[in-house]
Amino acid sequence: MNQVRNLIDEKGKRTDGRTVDELRGIKITVGRIKNADGSALIEFGNNKIVVAVYGPREVHPKHMALPDRCVLRCRYHMSPFSTDTRKNPAPSRREIEISKVMRESLEPALILEDYPRSAIDVFVEVLQADGGSRCAGITAASVALADAGINMRDIVAACAAGKVDDKIVIDINDTEDKEGGADMPVAYMPHLEQVTLLQLDGVLTQDQFNECLDKAIGGCKMVYEIQRQSLIEKYFGSEMELKEEQ
Amino acid sequence: MSSSKRSTIIVEHLRKQQMWDAISKGKRLDERNLDEIRPIEIELDTIKKANGSARVKLGNSEVIAGVKVETGEPFEGLENKGALILSAEILPTASPYVEPGPPDEDTIELARVVDRGIRESEMIDLERLVLVPGKTVYTIFVDCSIINADGNLFDATSFAAVSALASSKIPVFEMQDGKVIDTGNTQRPPVTTLPVSITAVRIADSVILDPTAEEEACMDARITITTNSNGDFTAIQKGSTGAFKVEQLKTAAGIARIKGENVRAKLQELIKAG
Repeated sequence: MNQVRNLIDEKGKRTDGRTVDELRGIKITVGRIKNADGSALIEFGNNKIVVAVYGPREVHPKHMALPDRCVLRCRYHMSPFSTDTRKNPAPSRREIEISKVMRESLEPALILEDYPRSAIDVFVEVLQADGGSRCAGITAASVALADAGINMRDIVAACAAGKVDDKIVIDINDTEDKEGGADMPVAYMPHLEQVTLLQLDGVLTQDQFNECLDKAIGGCKMVYEIQRQSLIEKYFGSEMELKEEQ
Repeated sequence: MSSSKRSTIIVEHLRKQQMWDAISKGKRLDERNLDEIRPIEIELDTIKKANGSARVKLGNSEVIAGVKVETGEPFEGLENKGALILSAEILPTASPYVEPGPPDEDTIELARVVDRGIRESEMIDLERLVLVPGKTVYTIFVDCSIINADGNLFDATSFAAVSALASSKIPVFEMQDGKVIDTGNTQRPPVTTLPVSITAVRIADSVILDPTAEEEACMDARITITTNSNGDFTAIQKGSTGAFKVEQLKTAAGIARIKGENVRAKLQELIKAG
């Protein structure tokens, strides 16, 4: 990769003023879509992504149904206005791949055996894209699944780490993704301590890979706290206020 | 492909126990060790009409890759680079469960992961394949056809694509009066490194290399790791619906470097000879 400018300045600040171990601002609003069984809107840096979960419900087409478990279906889609140049609304190969890895990163956390012959649909719509949209999407999707009351083993939190100016940083932004050296999205179940998504674009040595993986998981743990808070706020927010009043 | 998954459900449950028993004793149903890769057979220049080609057999998985070179416009945002386009198709010849039609998500993932390994390692120095900056560049097509599928199509396809590219002799184009002329001469493409992909799957608590189709039907999770000639990682993709422990991933990464080096030595020898 050709680096035209330094992405980390001499004070260790990144292009958006963050340190190497700092996440962008994250806000999760639970239950944003009234018609959905579960939903969440995530604002992750400049990403704006809305996720709606429908199900468990009857499977259409019927031949997709499984006798012993529920079918999880996932659609990651970018709105035409979400990017600098208009995105063709037809699903791209990139979106099909992301839909697949997203489904595979969520599935280990769900107890699908509890809902045989049914389907759960997860719709992830990127309204505004800013690098790291798959991680933000997975993060919001697992909150939406919890909001839908689906039986879960754990929550899935996602965060990327990568290499920028030969330093390992967490939560790569758009500029760092395009101009930096490596991008490694990771999804992690914090209680089961297992990795459910791991991808890498770019060059890392073995030591850098180990560091990247550890730092990404550290990021996932921070993301998890925000997921947890957002759910508490929706389901226990008023009770907590009541307790404080008493 | 989805139909193949369903029809294996019963077999999967019956075979899983047998496979676990074998693997817990350090052996697999085909007698291989856990970290043993099936024999790799590579034949270069199988397709004379292509600018470069390779037929790779990895056990019973068989892939043919062909390289065709044309000229065209560069990609948006990459005006000063040649274009590299990789495709993969699982042909209906490959197994009873493949139906002809548009690529499904498994095939799309396969092509994108193989492409990522080659692109991110910068195997081909695309900046040296520009005729008129921003206007006319070499366009390299690498098309991979899976003709028999018996597991680990990621590595088989990657070996075929890399061998075909590295051994290719591409046309020399020149600009004359604003037009592209094929000089009739050929050249070696500017190869900078040989990316090698190594795939491992987790079955219960064991991680095994180079899974067969049967092992893939029983796997919990998959990881594909591509290394370049320096032994650095250039692409990784976790797949399938299970998860990995962090230590399993770090160990798999280390193994991918060592095994990748063995495969790379073999590729290098062949390409030199050819």
